[in-house]
Amino acid sequence: MSNMITVGISDLNVAKNGDVLVTYALGSCIGICLYDSVRKVAGLSHIMLPSSVGFHPTGNQIYKFADLAIPILVDKMKAMGAKQICLRAKIAGGAQMFAAVNNSGLANIGQRNIIAVRQELQKLNIPILVEDTGKNYGRTQYFDSADGTMRIKSVNRGEWVY
Amino acid sequence: MSLKDYNDLNDMQLDALREIGNIGSGNAASALASMLDQPVNIEVPKIRILDYQTVVDNLGGPEQLMVGLLLSLEGDTTGMIMFLLQKEFAHMMLNTLMGSAFPENGEVDEDSESAIREVGNIMAASYINAIAELTGLRINISVPSICIDMVGSILSVPAIYYANISDKIIFIEDEFNQGTSHASSHILLIPEVESLQKIMTSLGLEE
Repeated sequence: MSNMITVGISDLNVAKNGDVLVTYALGSCIGICLYDSVRKVAGLSHIMLPSSVGFHPTGNQIYKFADLAIPILVDKMKAMGAKQICLRAKIAGGAQMFAAVNNSGLANIGQRNIIAVRQELQKLNIPILVEDTGKNYGRTQYFDSADGTMRIKSVNRGEWVY
Repeated sequence: MSLKDYNDLNDMQLDALREIGNIGSGNAASALASMLDQPVNIEVPKIRILDYQTVVDNLGGPEQLMVGLLLSLEGDTTGMIMFLLQKEFAHMMLNTLMGSAFPENGEVDEDSESAIREVGNIMAASYINAIAELTGLRINISVPSICIDMVGSILSVPAIYYANISDKIIFIEDEFNQGTSHASSHILLIPEVESLQKIMTSLGLEE
């Protein structure tokens, strides 16, 4: 029997033995799924902001930022036996939920998150296999540690599998 | 003492915010009632300083379909005001105004969308005018932007915006009910910390 492991907003977790990671209702946030298909170790990080530069995060706040959270997720997966060179990424989210919010802090936060996640993964030499990002709707993301499939569920666009 | 974080607010200041919520929502409810030509009841506003997850859970879980209207506040006070309408509430509104139904999947047509947006606009203006009058502050609101989706995704927008200030969000939550049906909607007033300071100063509630 596989278990469902919930990853909250600005949170991350790892899974193996067929357990499924899930993060609900990604808006402009991004869910980063990493998978080592040889050792069947999966990880999921739900970030809110692109970069921690200028912030002084403490405690669990480090999971909020793409640049801090992704390396931590990689380390946790390595501790579970994954090899960094075998990791592949599938990412989803980064939507613009409200059109025309002319607030500089919010403008394009989804796009900025997408770019930051790509950069961070490139820095860690992790190829991105799937990107289901942008547009204007929320996504719930499931990531299966049995085979590394990512399932995306939306409110009115149905669901699909990568 | 200056406010640095929402947690710095004392009981008297929280009471003042509750009163602001009360006056604002009273005004908004009358505006709504006259638009719908039906009585609208309001609950006593709740002021809550909560983390995102708790707010989402209180609204029925992250995947709950809701109508979100977001307006930004500019002028002496900056921040956001957000309306969250339950499906049932949106249905009641559309049914009364247009004689149409709110579709189960939330895919509304252009006319319905603009009706919802207009109601949000009028309610927000009534809400904010009441606050502006009470505090003597000049507050402008933007036109509303609409999003019909999972409430978790909708609320991630203010959550991200305030993520650099605090993990918690201050919500002045007003609940409206219409007639006997329990369709409810929420107004969330989300002021920036500096603006809270200004509101408190204008009310003479500085420590």
